[in-house]
Amino acid sequence: MVNLEGLVDVPHIWFGLIATALFLYVLLDGFDLGVGILFPFAPSDQCRDSMMNSVAPFWDGNETWLVLSGGGLFAAFPLAYAILMPAFYMPVILMLLGLIFRGVAFEFRFKALKSRFIWDYAFHFGSIVAAFMQGMILGAFVQGVHVEGRSFAGHPFDWLNAYSFMTGVALLFGYALLGSSWLIMKTEGITRDWARKCSVYVMGYVALFMVIVSISMPMMNAGVKELWFSVPNVFYLLPVPLVTAGLFILLWRDLHKGAQTRPFFLSIGIFLMGYLGLGISLWPWLVPFAFTFRQAAAVVESQSFLLVGTVLILPVVLAYTGFCYYLFRGKTSNEGYY
Amino acid sequence: MIEHLDPVLLSRIQFAFTLSFHIIFPTFTIGLASWLSVLEWRWLQTGNPVYAETYRMWVKIFAVTFGMGVVSGVVMSFQFGTNWSVFSDRAGNILGPLLGYEVLGAFFLEASFLGIMLFGWNRVSPWIHFASTVIVALGTLISAFWILAANSWMQTPQGFRIGENGLLYPLGWMPIIFSPSFPYRFVHMVTAAYLTTAFFVGGVGALYLRRGLHARQARVMFGMAMIMAIFVAPLQLWFGDEHGLNTLVHQPAKVAAIEGLWETRRGAPLNLFGWPDQNAEKTLYAIEIPNLSSLILTHDWHGEVKGLKAWPKDERPPAPWVFWSFRVMVGLGMLMIFTGLSALVLYLRKRLFDTKWFHAWCVVMAPAGFAAVLAGWFVSEIGRQPYIIYGVMRTADAVSPVTGPPVAISLAAFFLTYSVVFGAGSYYIAKLIRHGPDIEPEVYGSHGVKEPPLITNIVPEEGKRDGQP
Repeated sequence: MVNLEGLVDVPHIWFGLIATALFLYVLLDGFDLGVGILFPFAPSDQCRDSMMNSVAPFWDGNETWLVLSGGGLFAAFPLAYAILMPAFYMPVILMLLGLIFRGVAFEFRFKALKSRFIWDYAFHFGSIVAAFMQGMILGAFVQGVHVEGRSFAGHPFDWLNAYSFMTGVALLFGYALLGSSWLIMKTEGITRDWARKCSVYVMGYVALFMVIVSISMPMMNAGVKELWFSVPNVFYLLPVPLVTAGLFILLWRDLHKGAQTRPFFLSIGIFLMGYLGLGISLWPWLVPFAFTFRQAAAVVESQSFLLVGTVLILPVVLAYTGFCYYLFRGKTSNEGYY
Repeated sequence: MIEHLDPVLLSRIQFAFTLSFHIIFPTFTIGLASWLSVLEWRWLQTGNPVYAETYRMWVKIFAVTFGMGVVSGVVMSFQFGTNWSVFSDRAGNILGPLLGYEVLGAFFLEASFLGIMLFGWNRVSPWIHFASTVIVALGTLISAFWILAANSWMQTPQGFRIGENGLLYPLGWMPIIFSPSFPYRFVHMVTAAYLTTAFFVGGVGALYLRRGLHARQARVMFGMAMIMAIFVAPLQLWFGDEHGLNTLVHQPAKVAAIEGLWETRRGAPLNLFGWPDQNAEKTLYAIEIPNLSSLILTHDWHGEVKGLKAWPKDERPPAPWVFWSFRVMVGLGMLMIFTGLSALVLYLRKRLFDTKWFHAWCVVMAPAGFAAVLAGWFVSEIGRQPYIIYGVMRTADAVSPVTGPPVAISLAAFFLTYSVVFGAGSYYIAKLIRHGPDIEPEVYGSHGVKEPPLITNIVPEEGKRDGQP
């Protein structure tokens, strides 16, 4: 049997891989969910068409990162998968249903004529439900999961509280920022002008929610507080909030100057810093605060076996994803892609 | 009342429902991808535009089917955890990598060559496009390989040990991947996918022939489908029989339920029809053919066949479901063989393409493959109950620590969503079929390029969807 134990730290690599896959998912599906969230607020049907076209070549590729995160979690950390999925039963199912509606709306919208408005709403509400549930799962996740033995032992509605509601709303704004800055980059004319206004509007909320989460997490958990505010950690970690603040300032200036490409990458940077902050706070927990990623890892033979294939296939997928974005770079034409 | 909702039963129904829905799409895409490869190969070989026109019609249907397969597949990759978390924890070391490879394979396929296949007709050279189609077809087979390896291991587990906390640990990947039932299941399922597709495509071709529409393309669809019906449908009977004999060795209780046989005896009769009564422990209203069961299963008129009573009551699968699903599957298979034989006779009389009653029959048979695949999976999955991992872990012990009401709600939500979404999907597929193939002047070698392939200014023609991502 394949065993890479002596060569590399297999669980660590898997943790990194899944964290990366999840971040790529948040980023990539984030902007197309954001487009869905903003969809009905666009000034005209023509704007909506170009919004839809700007994400059409990408959305299904984006969504496969979620499958890879979920499947990867089961494969590499079955214990974490077995605890987190029942713990977040309802929001996970609702998220999936939202994604189904949104996904098929893409396909059907282009084929429908009279019933197009139905699929427009399916796209919008599907995106909102999926994004909101992801935010709620995040909020519930950082509060910790009640575990006894090797199972979830909490109440079916543990995930539902004011804090997770807040993080749900926060993620809606976060995705709206990614979506609107994506549209600034990919569209022209009134769609772009409107997207810029959206970006300016939502970025204030994103900043506000990031501050709330940053303050509340150390307050809720002594370990997190110790991690961030003890000397010398506080000096090492100070760049995280400082860089985030810097990115917000740059984004603000760019939006007012009328920059077209950079706002999207600045939004990505803001998401990266937020993700990094959460990752640092929760390290090394995979089921907070019950199992670390090492405790939840599958036996090393199993992790090694799948790692071989992953190392071979993942670079190809990444290269292809990059190629796809390169191929469809620049402004989206108003003509339908389909 | 609400506290009496049983999470095990509800989770089983939910899993069966979502999986039954899901399996329809991969079954179709496995067959369709391979068939599209053959079509494109014929086109490149002969230069006859009819193959390209047929290809471009069906690749649109492939896209819709694939999309629905992906969204219903995402659900599957989460349900092991949401509903069967104890199972996921215990068997994760073994099934995790198998399903992980399936995800990687599907992902690879989804993220790469599918795009070229669907949108690259005007962008890449014909041979690269053909290669993409072939790779997508191979990808669907690779996906099927891993999923069936995982399923077969759950049916006939081997190559593992049980450690602390009841966790299963792998002892070797070859015995796990190639578990005893895997080769049979793989061949049987892939053949089923090909036949299902053939009958559906053939049904559409027959519909066109009946109505006098799209005659050239209809002949391709119908003719190629009938080749499959003539040669592959009888082969499938043989593959299925081999799979059944393999099941008799490893899961004799499943076979006893299939046969509706309660007493262990020599020279067991074949119950053609009847109603296996679980409480009375006998098959009511049985129409028996003496000794035939022994002959089929042991190849001996007086061979011994185990009856359900050989197992305690809590080790027996629900017999009526298994019994009747099996008969539906075999019955449909027989109708397919009959269709093939009729096609052969008509072909030899040179009447294949203008026999109206036969075309009508083939239209009726269009969904037969789907029904047979579902019935077959019902036999396989219900027949291995009460185990989720045969002989190792019971289904009732595998369920998540969730209560009944959330599962009841999610089941209802899935039911509603799938009805709406897949109803709409079927509607659009029906629309594509009604629209039929587009015919345009085809210049061989140019791959249909009528203008420079600039991504930014391709204007789609009315009623045409391919060519643009």
